[in-house]
Amino acid sequence: MKRSIPLAIVMVGGILFIIQYFIPHQHSQTLFDYYTEWAPIVGAFALVLGVGSLSRLHSHKIKRKAKNWQYSYAVLIPLFLVPFFALIMPESLGGGMLETMGGARTTQGVFDFTYMNIQVPIQATMFSLLAFYIASAAFRAFRAKSALATVLLLAAIIVMLGQVPIGELLGKWFPKVGLWILRYPNLGAKRAIALGVGFGMLATQLKIIFGVERNWLGGAGE
Amino acid sequence: MLRKVPAMLLALLLAAGLAWAQAEDPPPAESPGAGETVEAVEEDMVMEEVESNTEPSAISATIGDGMISPGGIVVSDWPNDAGDALLVTFEPGSETGSENHTGYAIYRRTLGEEELVLVGTLDIDEETEFVDGYDPDFIVEPGVQYEYQVAAVYLSGAEVLSDMVMAQKVAGGQIFHTGKVRVLVGCVLFLGLILFYFHAAQRGVEMYLRPIAGIEAIDEAIGRATEMGKPILYVPGLSYISDVATIASITILGRVAKKVAEYGTPLLVPNRDPIVYTIAEETVKQAYMEAGRPDAFDKDSVFFLTQSQFAFVAGVNGIMMREKPATNFYLGMFWAESLILAETGSLSGAIQIAGTDAVTQLPFFITTCDYTLIGEELYAASAYLGREPKQLGSIKGQDACKGIIMAVITLGIILSLTDIIAGTDTLGWLRNLVTMPVVD
Repeated sequence: MKRSIPLAIVMVGGILFIIQYFIPHQHSQTLFDYYTEWAPIVGAFALVLGVGSLSRLHSHKIKRKAKNWQYSYAVLIPLFLVPFFALIMPESLGGGMLETMGGARTTQGVFDFTYMNIQVPIQATMFSLLAFYIASAAFRAFRAKSALATVLLLAAIIVMLGQVPIGELLGKWFPKVGLWILRYPNLGAKRAIALGVGFGMLATQLKIIFGVERNWLGGAGE
Repeated sequence: MLRKVPAMLLALLLAAGLAWAQAEDPPPAESPGAGETVEAVEEDMVMEEVESNTEPSAISATIGDGMISPGGIVVSDWPNDAGDALLVTFEPGSETGSENHTGYAIYRRTLGEEELVLVGTLDIDEETEFVDGYDPDFIVEPGVQYEYQVAAVYLSGAEVLSDMVMAQKVAGGQIFHTGKVRVLVGCVLFLGLILFYFHAAQRGVEMYLRPIAGIEAIDEAIGRATEMGKPILYVPGLSYISDVATIASITILGRVAKKVAEYGTPLLVPNRDPIVYTIAEETVKQAYMEAGRPDAFDKDSVFFLTQSQFAFVAGVNGIMMREKPATNFYLGMFWAESLILAETGSLSGAIQIAGTDAVTQLPFFITTCDYTLIGEELYAASAYLGREPKQLGSIKGQDACKGIIMAVITLGIILSLTDIIAGTDTLGWLRNLVTMPVVD
């Protein structure tokens, strides 16, 4: 029962929505809209499970005095404190957003302050690391160790020089050849991968609908 | 003299008032005579200001020579929709060549109601047809009878209205989208091939699958971690369970967890999505049970980290640098964080196996990881690892579909070359056959 009911729901739902795709009638659209409204509601309830997992993991760490257990407080305290402030000062929830939208900003509550002054800069810092990682990854990738790697290196040099003004100064053909590489060999390869991905997705979805693939059921799958 | 002052002031005031009144009042309008230009007529027109979405009964214009209202209004049901659109076509007014004629305004009202609503406008250079119902502010209800009126709009703001026309059709939804016939044919063909190979695999037909280095390296990577006594880190992507790549990743996680349970190697599975977390936890728990070691399952090994993209990256990078896992798996859907994760893993000295269907992230994984499952290989991995007949059948079905696509592409190349050399137009029919129309 634990397995057959979800499998039946998936099979009926899957086939129903395949058929729904070909029916533009209003009743068909209503059914689709109804389903898409339901999905985020289920997701919102699952967040409670996620917070429970995080709390359990870090409270275990503190209890066991595991390595670096002190940092667990840095997770647990904001995890509960920030929503607490958001609940007791709901006007502070939209403060940052109002400012960016050009609206009047009357208050700056704790939630707004922590979001705008702690979370956003930290996230921006993490994202900015990408620039350095790209440089180091490019250094590793563009080493002419073999014939194919040399081709990659040459293509990369041409495309990069084709994108910057100095490339045109060095040779007028740089932008043209760079564009040609992007438009034809590169796009062809991307489309080939996309085609395979499309078929792979379809096959996986069919396997799920027909119950061949059951791992999504978690423990009930086997 | 003093007695005369009020009378003089009164006379002065009267004169000033008359002069002011003379200056304010425009000269009385004269009716345009026959043969006068439309521009002259429009200059003299007295019109009330037209506000959008108001009743056009307030709109008036003196129709001069050549200012003929649009006519021949035909309302038909818009095809392949949910019954929420109507197509309004009309004959243009006679002033389409005039610079003063700027476009058309389409008015609508429900049968039995008085108020007309402006539902759309068309520029003079557009087609004289309008799809009513696309604007969410003026929705078309299925089965409701409407009346339409079209006005020719002039530069001065004058609008010359057509007669009120009752819509010849009411909006209605269709049972089948005729623009999706080719999609349906493709689906039936694909489904047929997959089912054919499912049955072939079940009948015991031997199926060859080319070896994929990344999948074959999974066992080796788990063995390496076991020998080193270090944990294995498995990131099932950052997407939701509705993403097929995540489902494929969860399937591979089950296989990896079973091996890990057999070898007694620690496993770490951080999750970004709470639903993915619950499924991943159940999958790992089940794998430990299948391996006969349910007691070895650590509830803290599968955990939710955060829903924030870069906070998740920071958390996983921290785990990599603190725990120093011997093997990192990145299988699923990744975005901008792919390189940050893989480069940190590379710096920590772990053997890395990645797999994603995100084409833009593949170069980063290929650069920084030891093995990368490219696109569809991610979906094929569970079949490779499980070797179940039906799973293998689905891969052969995919291959057959790709074979058909390759044949069509080859045919297209041949026809294209023929057209270039011989100057014919043979590619057209193939293009018509395979091109998918843009559908709603």
